[in-house]
Amino acid sequence: MDARYACRSQEHGIARRQFLGSLAAGAGAFAGGMGMFSRPGFTAELQKQQKRMLVFNMHGGLSQLESWDPKPGTATGGPFRAIPTSVPGIHISELLPYTAKQMHHLAIVRSIDTAEGDHGKGAYMMLHGRKQTPASDFPTLGAVVAKATCPETAALPGHIIVTPGGGGGRSNDASYLGPKYASLVLGGGTPPQNLARPDGLSEAMDASRNQFRKQLDDQFFARRRTARTEAYTFSYEQAQQLLAQRDVFDVTKESETDFERYGKHDLGRQCLLARRLIENGIAFVQVTHSNYDTHNENFNFHLEQLGEFDRTFATLVGDLADRGLLEHTLIVVLSEFGRTPGINPYYGRDHWGTAWSVLMGGTGIQKGAVIGKTNDNGTEVVDRKVDHGHLFHTYLSAVGVDTTDTFQIDGREQPIADPAYQPIQELLA
Amino acid sequence: MSLQPTDTHVATQWAYDSPLIACRFDPQGRFAFSSAEDQSLQRWSLADGSKAVLKAHDSWVFALVCTADGTHVISGGGDGRLIWWPVADAAPQPARTLPAHAGWIRCLALSPDGQLLASGGNDGVVRLWNVADGSLVRELRGHDTNIYSVTFHPQGIWLLSGDLRGKIVQWTVATGEQVRTFDAKALWSYNGGQGVDFGGVRSLAVSPDGKYLAAGGLNNASNPLGAVHDPVVLRFDWESQAVVHTHIADGLKGSIWRVLFHPEGWLVGVSGGSSGGFLSFWNADKPAELHRFSLPNIARDMDFHPDQQQILTTHFDRHLRISKLTPKPA
Repeated sequence: MDARYACRSQEHGIARRQFLGSLAAGAGAFAGGMGMFSRPGFTAELQKQQKRMLVFNMHGGLSQLESWDPKPGTATGGPFRAIPTSVPGIHISELLPYTAKQMHHLAIVRSIDTAEGDHGKGAYMMLHGRKQTPASDFPTLGAVVAKATCPETAALPGHIIVTPGGGGGRSNDASYLGPKYASLVLGGGTPPQNLARPDGLSEAMDASRNQFRKQLDDQFFARRRTARTEAYTFSYEQAQQLLAQRDVFDVTKESETDFERYGKHDLGRQCLLARRLIENGIAFVQVTHSNYDTHNENFNFHLEQLGEFDRTFATLVGDLADRGLLEHTLIVVLSEFGRTPGINPYYGRDHWGTAWSVLMGGTGIQKGAVIGKTNDNGTEVVDRKVDHGHLFHTYLSAVGVDTTDTFQIDGREQPIADPAYQPIQELLA
Repeated sequence: MSLQPTDTHVATQWAYDSPLIACRFDPQGRFAFSSAEDQSLQRWSLADGSKAVLKAHDSWVFALVCTADGTHVISGGGDGRLIWWPVADAAPQPARTLPAHAGWIRCLALSPDGQLLASGGNDGVVRLWNVADGSLVRELRGHDTNIYSVTFHPQGIWLLSGDLRGKIVQWTVATGEQVRTFDAKALWSYNGGQGVDFGGVRSLAVSPDGKYLAAGGLNNASNPLGAVHDPVVLRFDWESQAVVHTHIADGLKGSIWRVLFHPEGWLVGVSGGSSGGFLSFWNADKPAELHRFSLPNIARDMDFHPDQQQILTTHFDRHLRISKLTPKPA
């Protein structure tokens, strides 16, 4: 389209993108900041690669000892044993037998020391790559990935969080990147509201209505065309594309066989939805599995929670691998922290940020790698200590983002990731 | 000798290297056995407190029984194995090891005639074993979740098993057929916010006269992950299956880990939780405690000595304790 802007100023160019972002976010107002990479050519190339990221947030703090770094037979080991995996030499908890068979697609970081035992602060660090401070706010991992990997004109949201329950809607977690990149929350995996035409509006009526709107737009553009008016028009086109693709959010379109394979429980349905979203090009999908904050009866609760998680997660990893999607998709299983090696009087484990683990796999990650080591009873990191900052760089590097790059925000450069850190290079493929 | 719950006092305590889990007296009153978080069993000589450490499981041992003739203690582990240990050997080694269950064995019980061993665990199956040769006698399938407790009726005709979701099944031992179920769902809850099942029939006991079935566990679980719940015992009338009393320990937070009927007629429960460790004594006439004895630390299991005058308890603080029901010496 040959745009005839009344004013070709840079500010209007920025305003257009702000406007698009806001409309796509349903905010109906201009964003407070503007995010763009300082190297747009690189970004375009990245967007062509269609990289995606799938995060499992093990809410409450998954025990590393009952998952990725078991210590059987020690004073801290608890009752569960370790089992071999599909990668010789790597053992994980017996609570994860299906995941063990997918280990050749995955990698473990066993040497995380975030020194943070507060739920909120730990979660912020792990999902923002920085410590939370009163004076500043940063976009969440999902917002950064969506910004980095989604075309500006994408109709579908690039940042989706599937929660176990609750309502849906937009979050406020994109900070200066603006609401376009804020997470769209699908509470309980329920599709976004208002994706279907109202009952009283037939397809023919809707088409007629849109045709009339286009006629008016064309008449208006013949006299005056601005970035804002173009953005206004595009927002309708984008909304129509979103409506046309609403089946992306409809997990009931999946087969009964797949529902059986993933497990007929909430997590099964939500993981099937996650696969559907990833297949349809959603850049960042986060699934929350809750709850692992097991101060009481840690072993009974991990038996239940990981019993549900294991088969579903392993099925999803296998499916992504079989469909060639793992080459483009980074998988991360994280928490806000781990759990204490010491077992408390209630057979529980408490908050522990000193020596714990994260699982990764897929694009950009060495298959079957184990990074770092804890001591014999898991009380401290003895090799390759890393924290949230290193992990944040590593996630982004794995999906092709140059973490030394910056966002241009209102004329100021904002580092994409904390410049004090680097990726875990030996984990990157 | 008439016993009074109010006379209960800790008479003996021995320390181990690791927090303790399960415990049993041997039927001849020579030893006490315990298990610990280091995967071992301990044999304690009641005469002098000397101990032997028994190691063969590669998980925690959640359940113990002693054979009726006192020759063996049988352990059931989180490794799904049953191990027969000769009691009197200087350094006991496994005499028989059976792969018995997929996943944890959580509970064991010996039949009144001493011939059969019942086991239950995370695979949801109750198995009956011949104590003499370790052969599998029968499998009982009727639970769809983890089995937490088993006990034989004093007449030996029936076996009872209780699970995580509060289902108690009465089985005919000779045939393996289900007779009926008791509803103990009051001991279970599902917390939707935390996404967890919690509670369960942690212990079962039938009164010596066969009149009552007691099911111990917890209720009021407002925060399962945070250990906010109350110890409770349901007393069922055996014939009508009605809950006669919901025995409470007013003001305490925790779980009932085991209940036993004492020959004096009391129902005794051991509890552990954020309030500490306690022995609660109840009579059949009211839900409230007849007496409560405060143990020095959170308790996890309990057994009666064959003389019925001593109570064995295991504790998080690594101690095995023997409390006497007789007056404390001056």
